[in-house]
Formats: sequence, C-alpha cells, structure tokens
Amino acid sequence: MSRIIATAAIRGAHSIVKQAEEKLREAIESKGKDTKVEYPDTGYYLPIIYSATAFEVKTLGDCEEALGHARALLPPIPEEKTYLPYLGWALDAGMATLFAEEVIEACKYLIGPNPVGGIWLGAATDVILRERGIEFVDGTAPGFAAVVGAAPTNEIAVQIARELQEKNLYIFISGNTDGKSFAEQLDEEGVQLGWETRLVPFGKNITSTIYSLGFANKAALSFGGIKPADFTRNLIYNKNRIFAFVMALGEVDDEKYANAAGAINYGFPTIADTDIPAILPTGVCTYEHVVPLITHDKIVEKCIEVRGLKVAAAKVDIPVSYGPAFEGERIRKDDMQIEIGGPGTPAFEYVVMRDNSEIEDGKVEVVGPDMDEMEQGPGKSLGIYVEVSGRKMQSEFEPIFERRTHHFLGEAQGFFHMGQRDIIRHRMSKDAYNKGFRILHIGKIIHAKYHEEYGALLDKVQVTLYTNKEDVEKKLDEVKAAFHERDERALGMTDASVNQFYSCTLCQSFAPSHVCIISPERSGLCGAVSWLDGKAGYEITPTGPNQPIEKGKIIDEKLGLWEGANDFLYQASNKEFEQVSMYSMVTNPMTSCGCFECISAMLPMTNGIMTVDRDFTGMTPCGMKFSTLAGTVGGGIQTPGFVGHSKFYMSSSKFISGDGGLARQVWMPKQLKDEIGDAISEAAEEAGLEDFLNKIADETIAQTEEEVLEYMQKVNHPALAMEPMF
Amino acid sequence: MTRKFEGADQESLDLLKRMKESGIESSFDRYDAQQPQCGYGTIGLCCRHCQMGPCNVDPFGKGPQKGVCGADANTIAARHFVRYVAAGTAAHSDHGRSVAELLIATARGEAPGYKITDTTKLFEVAKVFDVSTKDRKIEEIAEEVGEMALAEFGKAYGTQRFTSRAPINRQKLWEKLNITPRAIDREVTESMHRTGMGTDQDYKNLIMQACRTAMADGWGGAMIATELQDILFGTPKPTRGSTNLGVIKEDEINILVHGHEPQMSEMVAVASSDPELLKEAEAAGAKGISIAGICCTANEMLMRHGVPMAGHMKMQEMAIATGAVEVIAVDIQCVMQGDEELSRNYHTKLITTSPKAKIIGAEHIEINDENAYEKGKEIVRMAIKNYPNRDKTKVYIPKGKKSAAVVGFTHETIKYMLGGKFRASYRPLNDNIMNGRIRGVAGVVGCTSAISWPDQLPYMDLVNALVANNILVVQTGCAAAECAREGMMIPEFMEKAGDGLREVCEAVGIPPVLHVGSCVDNSRILISCSEMVKEGGLGNDISELPVAGVCLDWMHEKALAIGQYFVSSGVFTIFGSKSPAAGAPELDKFLSEGLEDIVGGKWAFEPDVDKVVKLVIDNIEKKRDALGINEKKERKLYDMEDRRALSID
Repeated sequence: MSRIIATAAIRGAHSIVKQAEEKLREAIESKGKDTKVEYPDTGYYLPIIYSATAFEVKTLGDCEEALGHARALLPPIPEEKTYLPYLGWALDAGMATLFAEEVIEACKYLIGPNPVGGIWLGAATDVILRERGIEFVDGTAPGFAAVVGAAPTNEIAVQIARELQEKNLYIFISGNTDGKSFAEQLDEEGVQLGWETRLVPFGKNITSTIYSLGFANKAALSFGGIKPADFTRNLIYNKNRIFAFVMALGEVDDEKYANAAGAINYGFPTIADTDIPAILPTGVCTYEHVVPLITHDKIVEKCIEVRGLKVAAAKVDIPVSYGPAFEGERIRKDDMQIEIGGPGTPAFEYVVMRDNSEIEDGKVEVVGPDMDEMEQGPGKSLGIYVEVSGRKMQSEFEPIFERRTHHFLGEAQGFFHMGQRDIIRHRMSKDAYNKGFRILHIGKIIHAKYHEEYGALLDKVQVTLYTNKEDVEKKLDEVKAAFHERDERALGMTDASVNQFYSCTLCQSFAPSHVCIISPERSGLCGAVSWLDGKAGYEITPTGPNQPIEKGKIIDEKLGLWEGANDFLYQASNKEFEQVSMYSMVTNPMTSCGCFECISAMLPMTNGIMTVDRDFTGMTPCGMKFSTLAGTVGGGIQTPGFVGHSKFYMSSSKFISGDGGLARQVWMPKQLKDEIGDAISEAAEEAGLEDFLNKIADETIAQTEEEVLEYMQKVNHPALAMEPMF
Repeated sequence: MTRKFEGADQESLDLLKRMKESGIESSFDRYDAQQPQCGYGTIGLCCRHCQMGPCNVDPFGKGPQKGVCGADANTIAARHFVRYVAAGTAAHSDHGRSVAELLIATARGEAPGYKITDTTKLFEVAKVFDVSTKDRKIEEIAEEVGEMALAEFGKAYGTQRFTSRAPINRQKLWEKLNITPRAIDREVTESMHRTGMGTDQDYKNLIMQACRTAMADGWGGAMIATELQDILFGTPKPTRGSTNLGVIKEDEINILVHGHEPQMSEMVAVASSDPELLKEAEAAGAKGISIAGICCTANEMLMRHGVPMAGHMKMQEMAIATGAVEVIAVDIQCVMQGDEELSRNYHTKLITTSPKAKIIGAEHIEINDENAYEKGKEIVRMAIKNYPNRDKTKVYIPKGKKSAAVVGFTHETIKYMLGGKFRASYRPLNDNIMNGRIRGVAGVVGCTSAISWPDQLPYMDLVNALVANNILVVQTGCAAAECAREGMMIPEFMEKAGDGLREVCEAVGIPPVLHVGSCVDNSRILISCSEMVKEGGLGNDISELPVAGVCLDWMHEKALAIGQYFVSSGVFTIFGSKSPAAGAPELDKFLSEGLEDIVGGKWAFEPDVDKVVKLVIDNIEKKRDALGINEKKERKLYDMEDRRALSID
C-alpha cells in the first residue's frame, strides 16, 4: 500500500513546489528580485536549502535558483500499474517539498501573512538554537515530536501534550486539521505555549513544518560540526542523534504526506491516529516508517517505540507531572495558591553535609503547617533544609547540589522556582494544589532527584521543611554564616592554589578534538561547568568526561602553559593538538566546541578584543555576527585570535591575562555589559583600571572597528597604550 | 524421442510445432539427434589434450583408470574444468577488451557515433584506477581510464585493480591463497599451459588456478565490460520494457539484434530512428522500423533504452521462425550456426558484424569503432529493402503474451531506490535481511538452451519457489529473460512473494525479482554483495552473507567461469546439471565440499529444481544462523549514551 503514500507524497510535492513558485512570483512582483530575504537572526540562511546545497539564499532572486533545485528533485507520479520504484522518488519529493516550503515561508516574512503573530512563533533564531539545541546534544531533550494537525478534542490534545512533556521531548507544532491546530487546542485550554514549556507552535499552515526540520538541520550544522552540502551526513546525524518523529493527528492529505516523506529522509517516522497505509519495513528510519491507526491513549508510547527512543523519565512520586518541559512554566498571580519568600519574608534553601550516622535517608519532615492550613496568597516563609551524607561526599559539593534545586523543583508542574540561597521566591499553582501537591513534596523531589543524579556520592538525603516564620528566622542565622564561609573559601580558590585542573570532554560527541580544561579561575566555556562541578563530576563518574589533570611542571606562567595540561590535551584531542595556553587567545588558545556563552575576537586596528555573547544577534565590529563567528571558531579547533568562553571568565583575573588581560576589552554588547557589568568593574578595579566599564564601547556607541577606535581615542582606552597583541 | 507440443511455454511450442510440420530443423531436433551423448565427456573423463589420446577413464572401475601419460580421473576432469573456465573468461574478457578499445577511440574522437554518456561512472572508475580527475577534460580522463583498463589484460606486474572493491577480508584471503588475479590474458594463458600434457597434475592446484582465472573474469574482464559500457552507453536505471515474441511487429520492419556487445546494437538502434530511413521504410509500405533483442544484447538494450526483448538464447530460432524478421544482425557468442540454414527458410537475412565471428552463408557487414553508425544504417536499409520479400503466409507471431517488465536494477540504482538522492544506501536491504523479512538473496543467472524442452520452465519454477520463501531474486542473462517473459519482473508480481518480502517490495515499489543485466553484468552482483558487506550487519565477508547463486540450464563455458568466480568470491553456487566432474569423485568432493574451507564458497550440481530450492534455502538459513540474525531480538531502544555510540558517517 505504500504506493498510495508515495503517490500522494509526490503529488503533494508537485503542488507545494507550484505554490512556492506562485508565492515567489508574487513576492518578486511586489518587492523586486534584489530584495533581501531571510529568516530572523540566523546565520544559516534558509537552513534546509543551505544544509543540502551550501547555497546561500539571500535575495528573492536566489529563491528562484533554490526552487530550481526543488524542481530538479521532483519525480514523476508513479503509474497505476507496472510502476517504477517509488521509495527513492518519494524521499526526493519530500526534500523538494521542504526546499519549496522554505521559500514559501521566507516570502511570507516579506509579503505576509507574517509567520509570527498570536500564538505562532515562526522560525527559531540562532539564539534559541544555541540555547535549546544544546539540550539535544547533552541529552536533556531526547528529541522532538513534530505534531501535525489537531486532536479530535481539546482534552485529548492536552493529554497528548502533557504526556510528551513528561518524556522531556520538545513538541514542535505545525499544520492543522479542518482549520484547527493542535496549538490552538492547547491555547484554548490555557496551556502555556512557548520554548520555555517545550510546546512550540511554529505555524498553522503545513508549510511551517519546515521550521521543525530546519531546526534539526541547524542543530547538525552547529553542534554536529557538519558542513553545508554534506547533506547525507546531516541527515544521518539526525537519524542517529536527534530522535524526532512526526505525530500526524487527523486526516493526512497529499501535502502532509509530502512533508512526512521529507521527514523520513531525516529518519523521522510518522505515527498517525487515522487509517492510512503503513510502511513497516525498516531502513531509512531506525525502525518503521509509517505506522497508522494508533489510539490517542497509546500514541505517545507508540511514537517512542517506533522511533526507538529510550526515555529515562524521572520517577518522582508526586501528584503532578514532572520533567524539564515544566520548568519554563510561569504561574500568574491569579493562578497561584501560595508564594514563598519575597520582600520581607524570610526563606531559604540550604544543603549541608553530615556524617552518615547523623541523618536518616528518606526522612522528609514538615515542621509547621503544610499548605492545607495556609491561606491562599503570598508572603509564606519556608526553610528548605537539606542534609546529605555519603562516603564520597565532600563539603565543597554543597553549593553544587544546592544550585541544582532550582531545576529539580522547577521541573514539577505547577511549581515556579526563582532565586537561590536566602533570596528565593517560589510559587505553587492552584492547579497543583488541587491535584494534591504540598510542601512535603518539595522534600520528596529533592530526595528522589539527589539520589538519581548524585547516587555515586550520596548515601542519605534528609529534608526538613520549616514553615513557621520564627523557625525559619532562627535557622537563617546558621545558614547565613555557612554562606559567608563558603564565599570566603571560594574567593581563596585560585589556579595557583590547586594541583589539579579538570577536563570536560562531554562535547567530543560532536566536536571530537575538543578538550575543555577547567581551572578555578576559568570555568568551562559553556558556563555550566565550574572547577568544582568538574571535581564532583569526576567523583560521580570516574570514567566520565571530567577527568583530573595534574598540572605538572609550569612551562610559561604568563600564558598559563603546564606540562600536565599539554599532555592531557594531546591524548584527549586524539593527538590533534599539543599545547594549550590557559590564559591566551593568541598563542595556542583553548579549543572551542560550539556551546560557548561568548566569543572573543581580536580587533587588530584597536589593539584590543571584542566579545559577543550568543544572545546578541546584531552585527559586530569584526564584521561577523555571533553565528558566523561560531561557525569559524567552533568544532573543536584552536583558532588563534579567537576564543570561546563563559561569561564568568570575563571577570576572572586570569581573563586572557597572557595577552594583557581585561584591559584589552574594547567592545561588547550593551546587554552583556548590563548583565555582568558589576563583576567586570570589580575585576577592573582590582587590575587598577579606572572607570573601565565606560571605556568599553557597545553597539549603541560603535558598530565598526573604525568607530570603536574613534571611541577608544575619545575615552583614552588603556589598550591603545599597550604593546601589540602579536 | 517423442516431444509433446503442449506445456509451460506454449508459444515456443507452437512455433516449434510449425517448424516441425514444415520440416524445418531446430536445435532441439539436433539435441535429440545427439542422444545419447558421450558418457565420458559428460562426466569429465575424456582427455583430448595430446596426441597419445583421446584417453578415457572408466567410471565403473572395470576399464582403464588412467590415461596414457598416467593422468587419473581427477587430473583429467580438473583439466577439463579449468579449460572451461579459461574459455569462459576469455569470452567475457575479450568482450571487455573491445569496450576498452572503444572507450579510448571515443575519447580520442575516433569513434563517430559514440559518446561518453555517464561521467559519474567515469569518475568512479577513475577513482578505482587511481586516475586523476582534477582539472582535466572528460575526454582525457576517459582515455586514461580506457588505457588503464586495456592494461589490465596484459600488464606484466600487479593484480586486477577492481579486486580492491571487494571486502577487505576477502582481499586478504585471496592474497593469502595467492589467487588474486593477475593480468587477464596471463591467467587464461597459464590455464591453457597448466592443463596441457605433462604440466599441472594436482587437481587441487588446478582448481585454485581455475579460481584465479575465473576472478580475472568477474573482477577483471567482465567488470571492465560492464563498467566501461556504462560510461559509454549510460548506467541503466529502472525502466519499463516489453518482452516476448509478441514484440515482433506484424506491420513493421523487424530487425533482431543478437549477441553480446552493445556496440553494434546501439548503432543499429540509433540508425533505426533516422528520419531518412523511416521515410524509406514508409515508402516500402511498413508502419515503422522495430528493433528487438535476443540473448544478452537484448538485456543490454532493454535495460538501457527499453528496447523490446524478443527472447533469450534458445528462442533465437523461434524468433526467426515467426517469418516476420527482415534482418537478424549478430555479433559474438551464443549465436547458433543453425540460424543460417534456418533463415534461408524465410526471407530473413542473417548478418554477421564482428571480424571475430563469421558464419558461412551469412552476409558479413563488419562494424568497427570508426564506421559503426554508417554500417548500422546499412543494416537498417538492408532490412527495409528486404521487407517486400516477407512471405505473409509464413508469418506467425504468437499473440498470447507480451510481457511487461521493469528492468535496470544496477548496483547504483538499487542504492538510489532504497533511499533517494540524499539517503542512498543498502541499509534498508541489510536491515530487512537482518530482521528476517527478507531471508536472503539468490542470484539466478545464466543460460537457457536446447537441453530443456519448453514444456517446462525451470527458472520460472525455481524463482516462484524462492520468492514465495521470502528470498529476493536478482537475475542476469537468459535466465532473466525467461522470467521477464513470464511476467515475473513487474512489481505486481510481489503478490506471489512471501509476506515479508512482499512488504519490502511494497515499501520500495519493486518486483521481488530484479533484472540486473546481461551475463557480463554478473559483475554488478559482485559489487552489490561487496556493498552489502560494507553496509554492515551481515558479517565481514561475502562468504558470510545469506546468499546463493544458481544457474540451471547452463550450456556455455562462460557460465562455468561465472560460477567459479562466485565460488571464489565466497558464494555457494548451484548448477542445474550433473557435475562436469561427476566421473572424478575426489575432485567432485573438493568442488562441493573442500573448496568451502579454503575460499568460503563451494559448488553443488543438482538437476532437480525442487532440490535446488531446498539447497538455496538451507544455505541461506545456515548463514543466517551463523550471523546470529535468526535469533529473536528485542527492539533496542536508544538512550543518549547509545545514540552517541552510533556512527554518523
């Protein structure tokens, strides 16, 4: 029966390519061939076409050429009898469909209807790609469900969405059935949509399905180190890394089949709730290609089985759903049962190490009233007092565990977590309360998740939850003293004060020669792994990506060259690199994977450097946007003159200290300046730089290298007087 | 012998009956007249290699057990076997040599009418031959590729370059056994030398030379023929065509092209659409000019251009006997001398075209690289002129069937059809063999001949049984033509396949019986086997694959060469006759057992089709067991760790 599918898909492809040609003609007529065309804030042009052909679509005229590629791929429609093989054709028709749809959507950005509006989000920007794409790489998100069409009822839609969220999947929504979209159904039921909740409404038209597949392509380009035009590898990367599938709800027409055929190229199968033909033999996808007629209560499970996905859903015994997808949920005032903390209300969360004999594992106690005895509303005190023990536990790890509470609690549906230490502000929703969620469950979550993630270090976890204001205040004295002590200890920890650094090679799965070397004064370039995290990581998994590196003999103090670090790099980079300077971006800089929070680049004319973070999508004075820079620097190579790093590293006294340090900083985006300005000012003061933050130009002051130089001269920037970087 | 004129192939039987009634002789009559055939020769015990002989060895142990020189049954039968293989290798390879020469001439602009059609294939072969393609003109590359190919026949040092396409383990094994083929001519020469009086008298040693010689065919001459033909005439793609005698047109000028090399038939085909000639045809009262193929020429023309196929080797006489053929133009191999006498019974003109293959009584129009198009036109014009001589009372074109076929499944197109432009690979095939939907693959290839009276269609019976047992069948040569005639090469035939195979055919849109080409195109099957190994999951050598090769009605020496190169490449190969070494029990056992331990493949000779089916199935299941893919496996679900371990290359 798959001739029926192939025929429908090929017919659909012909129709969509024709629509694209018409849409493009309309766009050219109204705007002219030379009009620029792009998806917002991306360095990947029209990403599927770019991935497949390396062709950079920049103007409407270029779209014509892109459609030429689509047309060339269009196969004939299979005959009724004595037909020629159609599987290869159908797959090509699928790709032609995607090329054409990219052109259609690109034209929409120019001549409307605007893909963005109401609940619809349109194309994912590169900022979102970097933020969210990394979750596909580190496994936080096992894949995505491309939901096409609509469920028979809103209730079923919500049920399916929740189930997918619980599996930690992203849910990319496009298309409609009889004018109704899955996303609209969720919206009508008050379900929060958006990247934060992993429920992503791309568009109501079937053509917006390309935003899902475009995202997959971009992930392969940016995290997989796959080059444009190396399309077969891009597709195989998706098959073997990004475990996505299409869930087709409602009638599947020719155009949906055409999109499904496109998705099958990526190894993404289609699972449908309607009676369509099946394609069960395996080969292009990991298992079946099209599986029909699955009931709604089974469809999520079936999708996961067909895709061959193992989902390690957290087993947390609480009455609400649990998973990363719920972390981004906001709770509005009206939906809130109680609010914990806030101005004038004492509250804290604190983790402390104990001796094994002192505590009892699994003991969760609420001291004071639980929510049943609380009035609705804000101003509730709460002390989350966590005691842990274990043979491999070290008190140094306390802050790491404590910081993770933010994620662990936030992942419960109906719990909104904000802040840390003694400045927390949490909300719990009425909905969660009605489902039976209580303060006690905070302890249950912490107990379960600590064991799950840190089982190798911990034997026991005991949680006491103080809800009386007086008790909280009393405990706060002890807690604050501990925080103070920790801060003192952290300040004292420098690269010189330790014998070991830690590696992080987690990203070698996509950048095989990349080796992060993490020291107390230089965290991992993703900003997510500090020296302490590295240490804990090693304790948890001794054979894992975090390995201790004995510093060994120092070779060059200024550049930060150690024998031990070099030896480690040589082996761990598969003999690709021999030397790494911890403190230089000019001489043997550290390799960059692709997850960097920021990229610094030399601006030769200024004798200084600029830094851009991944949230900044505009042009920078070096002539490249962040995404272009990322393409140049990433992939696990050393690029003298460029380096990827964390935001934290900028306020470290070791920030490119081998090249002159912070004084080289001449440009950074305004928002980044606002975000970490205080820390930079503090570091500058310590380095003897006066009023330094104001001497750093941003995009509101200077957009080109010349303008930066001009500004530097005006403010007498210290870099001007420094010796040349090279 | 009394023959029944009713049975499986009624059309052929009707024509044979008409011939009989008109007193016209056929190869079947001559076959009957030859009975009983020489008992010694049939089982390999007649030695005619020196003038002390001919010597026979008595298979019943009563008469002499040695020849005059002392050669025993094993030596005599092994020499015989090796010479078969050498002759077969010579045939395919000499064909390959002409293609190489034509490619060079075309590249130099010395072969008007021919052109370089498939540059993708050219680049691929250039890569295997280490010919640089950077910043060079197509013609330059083609010329060097042609020169390199030509050197494969006579080079003083080194081994056949195409062997580098085999799986690494296979190459290493050949190297270890010292049977990687050297220059093609050298292997043929050495075989002739070693089988002469007084040289190699160790049957095992002789058979190892048969291995090396046969591989100079499969991985040498035949592969050169296939690949260079693809460069010149295009790599075949799935194409619709029609087969059977019904393709001969009652109201058109019919030209049959018969033999093996596409050089002649391509030019005749091009000439037949010349507007000037079409006008002449019209003037002669014909509705058009129709070209149809016989034997492997038919396969070549069908799979590249959809030119109809009138029939396979044993139908050449029936095609002439339709009385509607103006010209039958032939080149080399499998052309029966009897065609000449036969054509004299009708108005048909037999034209020989190759300087290597003349027939007394036939008209000779020699075609070479320079004059091919002009001579092609001459042949067509001769057919036009002959059209008025057609005797309508003698015309009988069976109307019963004209079978459609989907053909052109080369290694390249199989890859494409399984994954499209961007995901082309053998993965789906391997996956579905591994999951058991397809149990394995059988190559059913080779000759048809007068040995089988057409009341039976053994290939049809065999292939029916194999596909019903979920075995995918690939076919070449006349075996392919027989199944195509029977409508087994249309996708609808998947209804006859077992459930698993049918599901895969449905997913891809293919028949369960794939037409892979002519007899030199068995080299395509070698490449496909190598690709299956490289794709992964089915072992590390061709000998581990769940596959088998079968040839039932073999008659030409080429068939034995093909069988021997499959065995040497690790494939279990079954021929549907008594063993040509049946008189030498030790040699026979070595071929059917001992060889397997050495090269991984072995022979079986089995005339009973039902038993052949069982041999194929048993071998496939044995290989599946050894691969561990017959064990029921739970579906593997992948976590992040598992996914990271998956290759993305």
